[in-house]
Amino acid sequence: MTKTLNPSGDTILKVEDLRTYFPTRTGVFKAVDGVSFELQRGKTLCVVGESGSGKSVTARSILQIVDKPGQIEGGSILLTRADGSKTDLARLDPRGRDIRGIRGKEIAMIFQEPMSSLSPVHRIGTQIGETLRIHFGIRGNEQRARVLELLKQVEIPRPETAIDRYTFEFSGGMRQRVMIAMALACNPSVLIADEPTTALDVTTQAEILDLIKKLQQSHGMAVLFITHDMGVVAEIADEVLVMYRGKVMEKGPVDQIFHAPQDDYTRRLIGSVVKLEKKAEVRVRRAEMPTETPPLLEVKNLSLTFASGLKAVDDVSLAVRPGETLGIVGESGSGKTTMGRCLLRIYDPQSGTIDYRRTDGRTLDIRTADNATLKDIRREVRMIFQDPVGSLSPRKTVGQIIAEPLKLAGMKGSERDDRVAHLMRQVGLEPAWRERYPHAFSGGQRQRIGIARAIAVNPRLIVADEATSALDVSLRSQMLDLMMQLQDEMGLSYVFISHDMSVIRYMCDRVAVMYRGRIVEAGETDRVVNDPSHDYTRALLSAIPHPDPRSRRIHNRFRYEPAVKRAQFQPMDKS
Amino acid sequence: MLRFIIKRLVFAIPTLFAVSIIAFIIIQLPPGDYLTTLMADWASQGGAVEAGTVAAMRERYGLDQPIYFQYYKWIAGILTRGDFGISFELGRPVTELIWNRLGFSLLLSVLTLCFVWAIAIPIGILSAVRQYSISDYTATFLAFFFLAIPDFLMALSAMYIMSAWFGQSVGGLFSPAYVDAPWSFGKLTDFARHVWLPVIVIGLGSLAALVRIMRANLLDELSRPYVTTARAKGMSEFELLIRYPVRLALNPLISTLGWILPAVISGEIIVSVVMSLPTTGPLLLRALLAQDMYLAGSLILLISVLTIIGTLVSDILLAITDPRIRFQ
Repeated sequence: MTKTLNPSGDTILKVEDLRTYFPTRTGVFKAVDGVSFELQRGKTLCVVGESGSGKSVTARSILQIVDKPGQIEGGSILLTRADGSKTDLARLDPRGRDIRGIRGKEIAMIFQEPMSSLSPVHRIGTQIGETLRIHFGIRGNEQRARVLELLKQVEIPRPETAIDRYTFEFSGGMRQRVMIAMALACNPSVLIADEPTTALDVTTQAEILDLIKKLQQSHGMAVLFITHDMGVVAEIADEVLVMYRGKVMEKGPVDQIFHAPQDDYTRRLIGSVVKLEKKAEVRVRRAEMPTETPPLLEVKNLSLTFASGLKAVDDVSLAVRPGETLGIVGESGSGKTTMGRCLLRIYDPQSGTIDYRRTDGRTLDIRTADNATLKDIRREVRMIFQDPVGSLSPRKTVGQIIAEPLKLAGMKGSERDDRVAHLMRQVGLEPAWRERYPHAFSGGQRQRIGIARAIAVNPRLIVADEATSALDVSLRSQMLDLMMQLQDEMGLSYVFISHDMSVIRYMCDRVAVMYRGRIVEAGETDRVVNDPSHDYTRALLSAIPHPDPRSRRIHNRFRYEPAVKRAQFQPMDKS
Repeated sequence: MLRFIIKRLVFAIPTLFAVSIIAFIIIQLPPGDYLTTLMADWASQGGAVEAGTVAAMRERYGLDQPIYFQYYKWIAGILTRGDFGISFELGRPVTELIWNRLGFSLLLSVLTLCFVWAIAIPIGILSAVRQYSISDYTATFLAFFFLAIPDFLMALSAMYIMSAWFGQSVGGLFSPAYVDAPWSFGKLTDFARHVWLPVIVIGLGSLAALVRIMRANLLDELSRPYVTTARAKGMSEFELLIRYPVRLALNPLISTLGWILPAVISGEIIVSVVMSLPTTGPLLLRALLAQDMYLAGSLILLISVLTIIGTLVSDILLAITDPRIRFQ
């Protein structure tokens, strides 16, 4: 199984001056423009860049699986085999037999979204075994035995039952393991991983990164790892390739990239990650919050059980003071989003109280409020959503979207128009863009539209649910800065829900850590981050990739093992 | 799985009940009843009818009773004795008249469905894979062309072409020699020689919808990430197409069975009248014209039952082919 011959060092794949273009109606889009690199046995090359930098197209060009109308225009992709024979992949017909013989057998690939990258109607055993059938004609019991062995290798519990299951019965991390098992089936010499951990929680990400490393060592593979996360790069890369708009900005050993970057863009990328490594400047400088003020929102013993029997929110108590940001951190399935939605009564919690202090000083329980009162309160407590695409109606102009809450509040005519223009300026958008539709805006701009809509009616509390998760790292800190600036201007309070500890650390005054519907730890952010008292918090913190290749830490991170072993095989709870 | 089927069956009961009421009401909607039609017939033939006779007949047929009572008598007969009542016009029990014809109707519908699917799926695949090509446009144009032609016109043209140009015996499902003959190999081949024309005529009308659905489904699926995954495994383009996107695009198509079946059945009624097929179509038309309410009501009810069964079958098929539904 292991290739003993030259365990590492020799070049397997040599890409030179690769150019992949997409002809469009308005001209040629150069997605990959003169990229060169080498992959060596046993080494990991990380390709890093923001969305749209062409890193994913580069990876797909190697296997000639670029989506239409993309086409390799020039350059060479030289694959060298163990026996010394060489093939230029760029010359092969994308639909031909030769390239098919290489795909999955010599060069295998894993993808970002393990849910949609696997077929939902085929059993995972079938999907993994297929590769064996295509390349070696292995069928029947022999195939099954081999698949079981692969499932064991990727550490999927109970492979005998797992093999006959469907993808939707697995968690995200397990699905990615299935993908990896599929890629390993034919013992490829090159593994291309296209953002394989982006859709995963930090702790799951750490596990998958560990697994890839381990398999790389045992199989002697060269790994091409594509990511936008500089933290991940620092943790796993040997060599780094920085891409921007289809071009290579910088290339070199990981240590050089992080500690002696030559290119401005590389420096900016690293800067945006390092910036999130500590508390925001504006928050460090800000005067101590008065602790005696009565809380704006006080939640006591809130519980919500779904009809399926899932206890999504379990006896949660927390308080938000005026002008502060309370972070809620936890992994997917921890109930943090459900909890946030309870605060606006999008869900109806069964017990507990949500005491909200009105401007006149009276408190009111949102949990039991009637519809008329709720309508009032929802003007003061607003929400920002994760998905900046899905939460904006594609059939309304940006002006209409922002004006919507004003219209509901009864504002009319030029007063409303002026207010919309003012709001757009406030969030850093040109008022002249008001007639455009959301699709004309980038992800970051769309999130600004969402924020403008949320602050339109001068709310007092904003529940932001993973508001920056869909954004590139460089945009993330900008968005957080904007939110803090608005907070100081308008005296807003935030409940900031995120799975990303670094984002929480950057802007939250206090943080509550959620795990399986319960709050396991809460307190001042500085205290929780620097001196966590609960093991789960510790595990969460140590799984965050650290953007410094000299102090890699996720491989020897702290692992949280709750008393009850995690049931990784339960069909996912539908909420 | 079994629980799923039982649940579906239980849900079908109130639907059937509602259908039977609506069928009965629709039949009663036109002014007058069977006797008015009968009187008009007699009057046109010059015979005069005494008022007393009409009243006596009305009493005999039970037409003097309130409508809900008539309905009760009819439905109770069906449920307790399997007795669908008596056809006024033909003077024979409804059950005697319809079973044979219902069998042919069902057979014709199933054959048509198979034909439409067998044609629509490959055309839909071709249209999607070669999107915006000549073959896509041609297939789309033809499908819509046939959708736009009324069933009866297509039936007439097809019959004209076949008999005038090819000298084929058209109309009916059998040659005269075999109509009353018992089933034999000869009769079967004769049936096959006759049945294809109505199958094509009825089927072409539903073709367009299915082709478009298949095309749209497949276009959605073709751009899914799992297609790229399969391609990255080294699978050939054709195997890839059939094994993944087509397989997934078929699922929504299966659920169309529920509404394509009623379309086929109603198309079959019109075409059968034109082509004088021994199915329920001509019988239903005559019964409706004569306000022969038990016969018409029973036919509508039974056709609805077939439709509901079709929907049930499509639900079950869908649960078999799509694990996501099965595991809900």
